[in-house]
Amino acid sequence: MSPWLVGFCLFFGYPLVMSVYLSFTHYDLLSSPKWIGWANYHYLFTQDPQVGPAVRNTLWLILIMVPLQVLFAFGVAMMVARARRGVGFFRTIFYLPALAPPVAATMAFVYLLNPATGPVNVILGHLGINGPLWFQSPQWSKPSLTLLSIWGVGNLMIIFLAAILDAPQQLYESAELDGAGPFQRMRWVTLPTISPVILFSVVISVIAAMQYFTQAYVAANIASGQASQAGDQTVNNLGYPEGSTLFYPVLLYQHGFRFFNMGYASALSVLLLIVAFTVTVLIIRNSRRWVHYAGAVK
Amino acid sequence: MSTASVPVAAGTLVRRKPPWAVRRKRILVAVADHSLLIVVAIMFLAPFIFIVLTSLMTNEQALSSHLWPSPFRWGNYIDVFREAPIWRWAINTFIYSVLATLGVLCSSIPVAYALSRIRWRGRDLAFATVLIALMLPPVVSVVPLYVMWAKLHLVGNLGPLIIPNWFGDAFSIFLLRQFFLTIPEEYLDAARVDGCGELRILGTVVLRLAKPAIAAVALFSFLYTFNDFFLPLLYLRENPSHWVLQIGLSEFRSLHQVQWNLTMAATLLVMMPVIILFFLAQKAFVEGVTLTGVKG
Repeated sequence: MSPWLVGFCLFFGYPLVMSVYLSFTHYDLLSSPKWIGWANYHYLFTQDPQVGPAVRNTLWLILIMVPLQVLFAFGVAMMVARARRGVGFFRTIFYLPALAPPVAATMAFVYLLNPATGPVNVILGHLGINGPLWFQSPQWSKPSLTLLSIWGVGNLMIIFLAAILDAPQQLYESAELDGAGPFQRMRWVTLPTISPVILFSVVISVIAAMQYFTQAYVAANIASGQASQAGDQTVNNLGYPEGSTLFYPVLLYQHGFRFFNMGYASALSVLLLIVAFTVTVLIIRNSRRWVHYAGAVK
Repeated sequence: MSTASVPVAAGTLVRRKPPWAVRRKRILVAVADHSLLIVVAIMFLAPFIFIVLTSLMTNEQALSSHLWPSPFRWGNYIDVFREAPIWRWAINTFIYSVLATLGVLCSSIPVAYALSRIRWRGRDLAFATVLIALMLPPVVSVVPLYVMWAKLHLVGNLGPLIIPNWFGDAFSIFLLRQFFLTIPEEYLDAARVDGCGELRILGTVVLRLAKPAIAAVALFSFLYTFNDFFLPLLYLRENPSHWVLQIGLSEFRSLHQVQWNLTMAATLLVMMPVIILFFLAQKAFVEGVTLTGVKG
């Protein structure tokens, strides 16, 4: 037990305390940290022109991408559960993309959605549709990332599928006897029985959305290289195009590990910590109204 | 139950000879159901298919709007290894994944056992901290840890990626603890009566009974480190000799301008180990994901 306690203090407790401390300093890794009071927070809340857009971009993920992911995973799980044959086969197909390393999946999608010659726009062209610019356009970059995230929704889908198949069969039978149609059965039997699982996946997805980094970083990097054709690494291409993929963690990365502004990056991370914690508590509190635990006394 | 059994029996009678209209409707509904499922399934497979096709094209063809390779250029898969030090990246990834996974297992199993089957003061507090650690975004602790590793002059090699795993991982501890709790107390008591110490009980009885959970933890840890991009980006970006596959892949296109065919071949090569692993251990995967979702 004790080696773990040491490790816990080192890799969890220490960073937490240090984050708060560093957030009140100016620190560039070269000279020692200089105490500057609330200056970082003041700059964060009132002056930094990138914080507003970064927060809005991340909110977009939470309010649009996460619900689409959960809905899609639920829909696919319902369809797979209803398939009488080949449940295992379909489950494998929908789970495989979730296994693809995020970097590889993102590179593949930047290629697939490449505006001029990418397969998706070629096929859309054959159908007479003029495909959008996808990762090259500030309006379409987030929807493109959403498509990528829906492709990788297999984990949620498997969790939903297991919960749906786990629902007690006699509930469906008695609902059917009472004359409930398929939609009523879904509304009054399936949804209540799997509501704890829905809560779990919403919480997990929201926390993941607040930390959304790898796909945004890689997509911006590859798509901007494609636009310039030069492959110049020194250009700051975070958030490409036009800051539309500059999510909050990307901003944190930029300040901490491109500009080595450790104090300001710490302030950003402390704010993220507080928001993440509050949002999680709010979702779980609010859920008491709609989550049904089997055997729970009301 | 007795009231329910009557209509069910009647149902089977009816089902034996349903009227044609009912049967036709049923078939149509089934086809409609499955056709939507099949369409969605094909859309999920399509990206893989296009990656494979593009990886077999010539460079000019990959930049054209043709979807089918002609001729098939299998040599791309040889060129990829010639153009980039993929083997070195793979070896670095392998070192990272294997050492980190070993670390997670060696540290998390004893902790999870202590948190579930041994009574000691402060246990609930320790478990609560695991839960909090589980909820907190890792991004939050990144800055101070980076500062710490920078002071130890370890930035630029694999140490900062591997070492933390040897001090326990909240998710693995949580998952293992939940599983250990399902082991009947009688087994452990029997071993204790026979004079086993706690370590020996853990080594013999618990490890054997908890194989599925341990396999799941090992799999997840391996996958997580194999796919990890964020930490390698922070600690290894400036030092190409220590790059892992994910970093190498993300920089592959800037090394080679616009060669989409080779890029897709490299992308597929990076996906393959995980997909092969999945087919070898499919049962452990699905059980593991379900274990985290339903029981967590």
